[in-house]
Amino acid sequence: MTKQYETVIGLEVHIELATKTKIFCGCSTEFGGAPNTHTCPVCTGMPGSLPVLNKQVVEYAMALGLAANCKITQVCKFDRKNYFYPDNPQNYQISQLYLPIARDGYVEIETGTGKKKVRIHEMHMEEDAGKLIHDEWDDTSMVDYNRSGVPLVEIVSEPDMRSADEVIAYLEKLRMIAQYLGVSDCKLQEGSMRADVNLSVREAGTEEFGTRTEMKNLNSFKAIAHAIEGERERQIELLEAGKEVVQETRRWDDNKEHSYAMRSKEDAQDYRYFPEPDLVPIVISDEWIAQVKARQPELRTEKLERYKKEFDIPQYDAEIITESKKMADLFEATTEICGKPKKVANWLMVETFRLMKDHGMEAEDLTFSPANLAKLIDLVDAGTINSSVAKKVFEKVFAEDVDPEKYVEENGLKMVNDEGALRETIEKVIEANPQAVADYKGGKEKALGALMGQTMRAMKGKANPGIVSQMLREMLQE
Amino acid sequence: MANRISDETIEYVGILAKLELSDSEKEAAKADMEKMLDYIDTLNELDTTGIEPMSHVFDVSNVFREDIVTNGDDREEMLANAPQHTEDSFKVPRTIG
Amino acid sequence: MGILDLTALELGQKIQKKEISVREAAEAALERAQAAEPVINSYVTLDPEGALSQADEIQRKIDAGELTGPLAGVPVAVKDNMCIRGQLTTCSSKILSNFKPVYTAQAVINMKNAGAVILGKTNMDEFAMGSTTETSYYGPTKNPHNTAHVPGGSSGGSCAAVAAQECFGALGSDTGGSIRQPSSFCGVVGMKPTYGTVSRYGLVAYGSSLDQIGPITKDVSDCAAFLEVLASHDPKDSTSIRREDCRFMEALADDVKGMKIGIPRDYMGEGLDGEVKKAVMDAAKVLEEKGAVVEEFDLGLVKYAIPAYYTIASAEASSNLERFDGVKYGYRTAEYEDLHNMYKKTRSEGFGAEVKRRIMLGSFVLSSGYYDAYYLKALRVKALIKKAFDSAFEKYDMILGPAAPTTAPELGSSLSDPLKMYLGDIYTISVNLAGLPGMSVPVGKDSKGLPIGMQLIGNVFQEKKLLRAAYTYECATEKQFERPAHLSGEDGQGTDGAGQSETAKEAHQA
Repeated sequence: MTKQYETVIGLEVHIELATKTKIFCGCSTEFGGAPNTHTCPVCTGMPGSLPVLNKQVVEYAMALGLAANCKITQVCKFDRKNYFYPDNPQNYQISQLYLPIARDGYVEIETGTGKKKVRIHEMHMEEDAGKLIHDEWDDTSMVDYNRSGVPLVEIVSEPDMRSADEVIAYLEKLRMIAQYLGVSDCKLQEGSMRADVNLSVREAGTEEFGTRTEMKNLNSFKAIAHAIEGERERQIELLEAGKEVVQETRRWDDNKEHSYAMRSKEDAQDYRYFPEPDLVPIVISDEWIAQVKARQPELRTEKLERYKKEFDIPQYDAEIITESKKMADLFEATTEICGKPKKVANWLMVETFRLMKDHGMEAEDLTFSPANLAKLIDLVDAGTINSSVAKKVFEKVFAEDVDPEKYVEENGLKMVNDEGALRETIEKVIEANPQAVADYKGGKEKALGALMGQTMRAMKGKANPGIVSQMLREMLQE
Repeated sequence: MANRISDETIEYVGILAKLELSDSEKEAAKADMEKMLDYIDTLNELDTTGIEPMSHVFDVSNVFREDIVTNGDDREEMLANAPQHTEDSFKVPRTIG
Repeated sequence: MGILDLTALELGQKIQKKEISVREAAEAALERAQAAEPVINSYVTLDPEGALSQADEIQRKIDAGELTGPLAGVPVAVKDNMCIRGQLTTCSSKILSNFKPVYTAQAVINMKNAGAVILGKTNMDEFAMGSTTETSYYGPTKNPHNTAHVPGGSSGGSCAAVAAQECFGALGSDTGGSIRQPSSFCGVVGMKPTYGTVSRYGLVAYGSSLDQIGPITKDVSDCAAFLEVLASHDPKDSTSIRREDCRFMEALADDVKGMKIGIPRDYMGEGLDGEVKKAVMDAAKVLEEKGAVVEEFDLGLVKYAIPAYYTIASAEASSNLERFDGVKYGYRTAEYEDLHNMYKKTRSEGFGAEVKRRIMLGSFVLSSGYYDAYYLKALRVKALIKKAFDSAFEKYDMILGPAAPTTAPELGSSLSDPLKMYLGDIYTISVNLAGLPGMSVPVGKDSKGLPIGMQLIGNVFQEKKLLRAAYTYECATEKQFERPAHLSGEDGQGTDGAGQSETAKEAHQA
């Protein structure tokens, strides 16, 4: 291995739109559901059924296009892409080839090596396919059309990426944009964000692109990174051995960390695109674009700046909180209620992130309400509970969205501020720890900590640490 | 102008259209297609430069649906039409080996 | 006059007046159908039980005053490419031989809402591909006027059923002439409305940009009444058009004074049968005598309509028919090795020769490297053809010509040379390409006793003009629906066994 190679990567990213209904019929897009219950004649390809376009799909696609700096195609059309496969009930997919909704945009990404622009070639609307489940025993597959017709936007980038890091940064950027716009939840595990990787290698310094392959079935960032590494090595090995890379579609198997060619004699890859005669053109006026733009929610950079100004929180905090729209929404809503941005930020950045990590969750999976987090913060501030109790209560809020006031009340977790009870306990602690008392009196400030700990333990953690510390000092003076 | 359709072309179109033709059908298909394509080639007598291809006759655009759920409940009847099915799904020959 | 000799509107009126019950009407049509079917073969599915229970239900609603429309209680037939929930819908193909839709076509719903009784589903060329109804998996339909001849196609079953009095009107579909040409061959009135007038939801697609459902009836008044019911804006069909005025029966006026009618010279020349030409020119003269201004003109581009049509229709069909794959419904081959083998065997066994021919052609013209040269070229020619019509309609209120170059050919004489068969569509096909309304009206018979049809073509949304001209022609000639000679009860000249017993029964009733 003497030559240096450069990896050239372009991505086709499918984002499932968060509409309530499918792109061409009124069936629910809800995830899950018993097989074939979210279906109708349209999304199961019944003879005589006809598609009618969901307006929300167009607006979401426009929003994505605008957020990625694309030009909106003001007369756009759907085309049929013809290929036989059982998950595709009509044996053609309604998609866009000739006049896709958005073209010529870019997004900016940032990696360890700095900032760069990844250009977007085009974005188009299309319908998703159904799901196939394979039966190991009798050599058959089961077809479930619940996903058939769920709206997708496919985002096709230019071959502008050079490493797995850039690819991940690009995907994260797209995901953040989609989530901020509220057009998709972009969950890789549920398949609401999927990427096909087009990859070629070329000798460093050369201008011409090498022959590329397309890799499918990549359903996690980890798999994408692995697949890129694996395919890069495979292609370099071929070239080093004097062989040629074949332009083909390959399927990545993340368990075996290996990709397979998806070649078949029956797979001509000639999709015979032609304009969909059952749908009429979409004409997008300047006014419509302006409306969608006006409705566009604040994106991350704007939010970041606003947070620093409006809430006076540090850059670092603002960055972490705005990384996901859901987190930012929680932050704003909670702050709105309790008016303590720095404290809200701390709860989100420390305890919330810790619990998310423990449970393997993403911000989108959070279910607790801003009202309950705000109450919890108020309870701490009012001295009703101390911070260690608060952490325990928050676990309940996080998991079940319990009302912290009620929970504290019902479980007797209130701090004891009653001086009589405290005085009694402290007297006992002083009595039982003559050494520590002597040490403190001898000038060892540290010994106070030990006495505090003993007192808190005796009070089962419910004592107000400030009061305990103050009383201890006073009583030790006596 | 005479169009010639090769065996390979007929084979290829058969793959696209998922039709398996017998040898005699293939010969007939070749002859039919050659004849039809010759006929279709007469369109080239017309100068269509600058003419937009017309897929829709009417200048109708922006026909939309609102995003409102109207799930059906026809699974049983729908599956009853399937040549092979389980209680909740269509059944096909295994798709991935 | 027996029940069967009534037009749909006459029958409807008698039903409202309680002179005839809905059940009586349905039974009369069913009896006629059961007697005629062994020879004519108009129906793929006749549903006596369902029809009679519909009849009773409709009678109840009429008695309750809930149904007062002119077609309430009228028994009709539906072409077998329109879905009816729970009823076989085969498109006359083996591949759909066991398919029962879970929903009903909007056009059929409209008929049902108007109180029509659906007797059954009529035979057709397989997937509406053909001009003779001989490509049906269920055998050919015969022309009731002469059973050695075809009824035309693809709506041959519907037209024959109306002609043979096996129903009082029927629904057909027209992609390149499939209503007008068989109507002409069977001596009935048939109209293809402006594209988008009748919802295509539930019509099994052949060429989506060309398909349109329309009425097939005994006379022009029935045609207007049926169209009034069928036309509706349907949010389930994106290409359905919201039309302002669908009160087509208002157009039935005996008056064409000042109406400008153009006869394309290119329709009356080479290839047109002399007897057909004479009958059509005579009909034009009748309208002229009634005050219309009739003149000849050059339409242009006529010979390019067929190649453009077969390119576009075959391309769309190749895609529309991909869904028939042995997975979700219909026929699946008995033995197969794997998925793709299953697809290929199912489709090869399930489709007939003409359908396969068009799928192959359509797949080819869309395939990589040919799309521009063939498909886009055809769409450009379509634009030119539309322009030619546009300029004709700047001068004329309507275009008049023949519906077909000849009368009905003999059975078995057409399929051997597809290209020749396609040429028979020359006068009807461009109307679909341009999305225009067109209708066929009977204007006489040739020396063999086979009906001849005149075609009237209007500008988009001008069905009313066509209906008015056709109605005026009917009034002037005192033309009435002519039942085939051998079905006649009075003259007793039954030519074959089919109608005999039926005729006798009817004579008793009368």
